[in-house]
Amino acid sequence: MNETPHIEIRNLTMAYGDFVIQHDLNFVVNKGDIFVIMGENGCGKTTLMRALIGLQRPALGTVFYDGEDFWNVDLDQQARLKRRLGIMFQGGALWSSLTLAENVALPLKEYTDLAQRRISDIVSFKLALVGLAGFEDFYPSELSGGMKKRASLARAMALDPEILVIDEPSSGLDPLTASRLDDLILELRDSLGATIVVITHELASILGIGTNSIFLDNESHTMINTGNPREALTSGDPRVRHFLTRGVT
Amino acid sequence: MTFTHPHNSDERKWQLDIHHNGNDLLVVSCSGRWCLDQDLPSIETIQVEMDNALGRISFNTTQLSAWDTGFLAFLQSLLSLCAQRGITIDQDGLPKGVRHLLAMATAVPEQKAAKKRRKKQSLFFQVGSATIDFFRGAPEMLHFLGEITVSFGRLISGRARFRWSDLWWEIEEVGPRALIIVSVISLLVGLILAYLGADQLRLVGAQIFIADLVAIGMVREIGALMTGIIIAGRTGAAFAAQLGTMQVNEEIDAFKTLGLSPIDFLVLPRMLALMMMVPLLTLYASFVGMLAGLLVSATIFNISMFEYYNETLRALELKHFLVGLSKGSVYGAIVAYAGCLRGMQCGRSAESVGEAATSAVVTGILLITIAASLMTIIFYQLGI
Repeated sequence: MNETPHIEIRNLTMAYGDFVIQHDLNFVVNKGDIFVIMGENGCGKTTLMRALIGLQRPALGTVFYDGEDFWNVDLDQQARLKRRLGIMFQGGALWSSLTLAENVALPLKEYTDLAQRRISDIVSFKLALVGLAGFEDFYPSELSGGMKKRASLARAMALDPEILVIDEPSSGLDPLTASRLDDLILELRDSLGATIVVITHELASILGIGTNSIFLDNESHTMINTGNPREALTSGDPRVRHFLTRGVT
Repeated sequence: MTFTHPHNSDERKWQLDIHHNGNDLLVVSCSGRWCLDQDLPSIETIQVEMDNALGRISFNTTQLSAWDTGFLAFLQSLLSLCAQRGITIDQDGLPKGVRHLLAMATAVPEQKAAKKRRKKQSLFFQVGSATIDFFRGAPEMLHFLGEITVSFGRLISGRARFRWSDLWWEIEEVGPRALIIVSVISLLVGLILAYLGADQLRLVGAQIFIADLVAIGMVREIGALMTGIIIAGRTGAAFAAQLGTMQVNEEIDAFKTLGLSPIDFLVLPRMLALMMMVPLLTLYASFVGMLAGLLVSATIFNISMFEYYNETLRALELKHFLVGLSKGSVYGAIVAYAGCLRGMQCGRSAESVGEAATSAVVTGILLITIAASLMTIIFYQLGI
């Protein structure tokens, strides 16, 4: 069977001016994957994410969504592709002048014809899913960092996106909440059929939920390993093993 | 009872069947497509059925072809309604994924204590609150003024701790970089003043006194006032935004925890820079304004440049410059004070930074206007 990959990254190079962050990235994310992009701090994980979601044009190469070249389609088509994505940013990126309920409701109001009552029900449900039931009327400035992150995930899930891109979901969360978030990510994949791209260096998440992965290397500035992260523990590149075992080999 | 999608009978659309089975069991059958792109039923649809005495609800979803958050939100509302009425729910008939997600949504109990009651407030209440806030803000403003005074005391006694490089950077930022905007505004104000004067003085054949009007007006009052207002909009807002962002990023807290005074490190260089540069900018603005008067008089009103120059020299005295410079210093201090005050009072959100910048400009211009009036009266009484 020759199935079109859900997301395909082809010959991608990310750079700031002359400084190349990552080059020659080639990988495929299949439907239903929980795809982990891992690597040390500063290796370019978030920069790669910005190329995936249309915030930063790559220096070279491109990204395909179901065969459509994201960086070389017209703006309307690009906007349509973006609507299939739900993004959770590293710092939450909640709109500070809106309450949590308004933050989650905004995509629903903009892109659906749902009645206000129905939107309120959905918002309450999404906030409950991330453990924030009852915080609807809070402003982001009244929340802790971990709560902001969870609210950001609720907003990313608002439209039941086909693809969820999540930047550092567990950092700054207590172990129990982080584990609940991992369970939620698994359930979103299993129940709603979402494809999930997770940018993280949290080992528990990488090994616990990842079905496929790439490792971005800081020295060679390119990917040095692909495949199931649990397999990388034993058979991957020594740099990857070193990373996954916290230097204890 | 059967409910269907209201718009067409396509079998892919949702369908809801409710029937009593036995004494106290209500069976809810959901079939078809229960997704957000459908006009799904609200909980009120089955509320009437639930009003009849019953003890349990079960589900039949064997004909359910697709579902998403729309279905989950419907069920969540149903669950909370049942919880309020003490009705037992049997979730076995629901798809596995639905049961898991509903379990996750109820895993962390709702923080009822956190729920806010936002009441609509009357105009009377809002005006009262604003007045109280204003008077509560006054001691805070005085406290900040006191802190700055103490910090200046430390500077004079050589104990203030700040980086001199910050001061030079601020001087460059607030002085030379403001020259273009000060030049443009002063040129235009000088031009307006000359035209205004010429129009009135022509009536009595004394057009040469345009030079007196422009020179004394720019040097004593308008040069300093315009510079103060320009700097309030340009630099005061920038100070508030810089310090406000530092509040958001906890940079000011980091100073405090290190035992360093944020007033010394952040406010003092800004105050000094503006107090030094605004008088110089005032002087510069006055000369540009006089130049505009000269150009207008020479080209439009046929007054020779030499005559205008002599009349200007005759009109100006040292005291006029001293008045202008002292006003410039005060306005500079006011702008720095307002900008730093609002920045240090800033909250911890992006919105607060915007509010701080706006408030800095408003406070700065208001205080400048009050100071200008007071100083004009004082100088008049002193005969200066």
